[in-house]
Amino acid sequence: MKNIREFLFLTEPNIILVVLGTLILCGMAALVGCFTFLRKRALVGDAISHSVLPGVCLAFILTGEKNPLYFLIGAIATGLASLVIMEWLGRNNKTRPDTAIALLLSVFFGLGIVLLTSIQHSGNAGQAGLDKFLFGKAASITQDDVLLFALSAVFIVGGILVLLRGFYVLSFDENYAQSIGFPVKKLRFALAFITVWSVAIGIQAVGVVLMAALLITPALAARMWTDSIRHMLLIAVFIGLLSGYTGAFISYTAPAMPTGPWIVVMATLMAVFSMIFAPKRGYLTRWREARKNKRITLEENILKLFYALGEKTGNPNGAIIKEDLNNARSFEPAQLTIGLRILQKKGFVKDFLQTWQLTPEGLVAAQRVVRLHRLWELYLQKYLHLNPDHVHDDAEAMEHVITPEIEMQLDALLGNPLTDPHNTKIPPAI
Amino acid sequence: MTLNDFWIILTASLVALCCAIPGCFLVLRKMAMFGDAISHAVLPGLVVAYLISGSRASSVLLFGAALTGLLVTFIIEFIQKKMRVQNDAAIGITYTFLFAVGVILISLFAGQTDLDQECVLYGEIAFVPFDTITLDSGLVLGPRQVWIAGGMLVTLLVILRIGYRGLYLTTFDAGYASTLGVSVALWHYVLMGMVSLATVVSFESVGAIMVIAFLVGPAATAALFAKRLPVMIGIAAFIGVLSSITGYFLAIVLNASVSGSIAVMIGVIFAFALLLKRFIPS
Repeated sequence: MKNIREFLFLTEPNIILVVLGTLILCGMAALVGCFTFLRKRALVGDAISHSVLPGVCLAFILTGEKNPLYFLIGAIATGLASLVIMEWLGRNNKTRPDTAIALLLSVFFGLGIVLLTSIQHSGNAGQAGLDKFLFGKAASITQDDVLLFALSAVFIVGGILVLLRGFYVLSFDENYAQSIGFPVKKLRFALAFITVWSVAIGIQAVGVVLMAALLITPALAARMWTDSIRHMLLIAVFIGLLSGYTGAFISYTAPAMPTGPWIVVMATLMAVFSMIFAPKRGYLTRWREARKNKRITLEENILKLFYALGEKTGNPNGAIIKEDLNNARSFEPAQLTIGLRILQKKGFVKDFLQTWQLTPEGLVAAQRVVRLHRLWELYLQKYLHLNPDHVHDDAEAMEHVITPEIEMQLDALLGNPLTDPHNTKIPPAI
Repeated sequence: MTLNDFWIILTASLVALCCAIPGCFLVLRKMAMFGDAISHAVLPGLVVAYLISGSRASSVLLFGAALTGLLVTFIIEFIQKKMRVQNDAAIGITYTFLFAVGVILISLFAGQTDLDQECVLYGEIAFVPFDTITLDSGLVLGPRQVWIAGGMLVTLLVILRIGYRGLYLTTFDAGYASTLGVSVALWHYVLMGMVSLATVVSFESVGAIMVIAFLVGPAATAALFAKRLPVMIGIAAFIGVLSSITGYFLAIVLNASVSGSIAVMIGVIFAFALLLKRFIPS
């Protein structure tokens, strides 16, 4: 309880540093990660984050100091080196991009481990804490660190804001960007540099292995909520900040809990929530819509059957027994019963002594579906030159999605036709 | 060279061989990053396996942990298809999450498993000779890891022998394979199962990330030269063993991590092979 209060009200100076540092790192990574995500290079981000490890160790070997600035320079150097080799391999050789990513990721990381263990075994007393780069050291962020993070954030966010338009176009269509005169090569390098930079400092929060999550996961979650890149950037940063804050909170209040993994777990939970519940792109919405479409299709198919059977007997409102409906079209079990019940509730059909018949409203609705079906068949025959016996299946799908506007256009285009390719009458518009 | 050196090199070579077999298929199928995903994602499975078995995981539990690797392919596919997330992001979010859960479990049960965070990242191959199997009669059978890795190699070779046709067909021409009635999905999961097994057995010796070097590196090098699959697997196996031997001596010279050094040697050999290919056109 005391811990919770301490954290929430930031009573300890140490907590202020941790929270501030984590928030800067997570927010920045989320911002940069949006471009990584949109360019479908999530795994390249992963490779970069593993590749900065040897740079950190080299910086220590060369300078003998644990200066965050030297670490940053070293990390950016090897991160960029790995990226350049990766692109070169993908372009010039038989090695495919995914293989190149996996190879460079593991070899650079191996090199980092070799340097790290070599330093550790050398007995240099100053090396303690280098291994914090493996899993992050959010809990022991110092004032110098925060200063470096903040400075980096200013440059990175500033850089992104200045080059925003270029990055937008680059993220969606590189060839298009080239053709309208954007300096694509320079932009690509700028984006790579910014990405490596934010990874190089981001690993201090979550470590090299989980850094990829800080880049991708907030972007993925944000993508679920919006189609606008501007909103996506804002939402991603918000989710990044929120997961950073909650992750730091959990690791502070629960004893001996690592910060980095909790940040990742929180971000993932938010992403999963977004994937399920986001309006429009979320699973739930899509599932509901698919179910609705299925129901409409079922209803319209049944209405159409009534009409077709009525055409045969010459009495569109005639009473029909259920077996006839089932024989005329094979429904999945129970579907016909469900469909009839829904139509009955809507007042389109009525039930009379074990038989079913269309109501006047039902007849209108049925006529519309049949009309759309036959108009589409005619359209396919006339404009796509399809054989009359090939047009039915396509019309079966289209009849459910044609809007009144398209219906009018079709009608006008075909010259208010009266019969379809099978020489049956097209019901008039009502 | 002492007996301990021999055991370490032997373990590394066995691990390299275990990885070379599924690795070749991963590279050919452009699925190298699935190796990355599986190698990270088996961590929570391993932690749970260790917790159940006390200290040392039994072979039964290793198979259990390998199921986590298989599970991750299901999850990635589910996120990709049902949640409509692009492939790279689906892989990224899945394995980082599972790895994070694994690290949290290790912290939660610190001291109750032999796994610690460093072991997870780069293994403890240097300690292999000290963990031996001793029979009740007092006979020392050699390091436990050698037996586990050796057993796994035999298992993988048997799977390869039985499933060669299916794996081969679905790798090179999935469309043709399905017209022959060979299930593409089935062999996909068989391969993922092989990768999981190789990863799990390698985990203790070389850690989660260097496994990727073992899986992909030798296979990628072999792919530069080989024109036929059996040749490719052979070259990859040879390079895996070669990297293990040279890597071990590099580690002694630098006084550094053995698995890291082997990964570096895998990279060096790949770079050397690239040069070779440039100057000697095939």
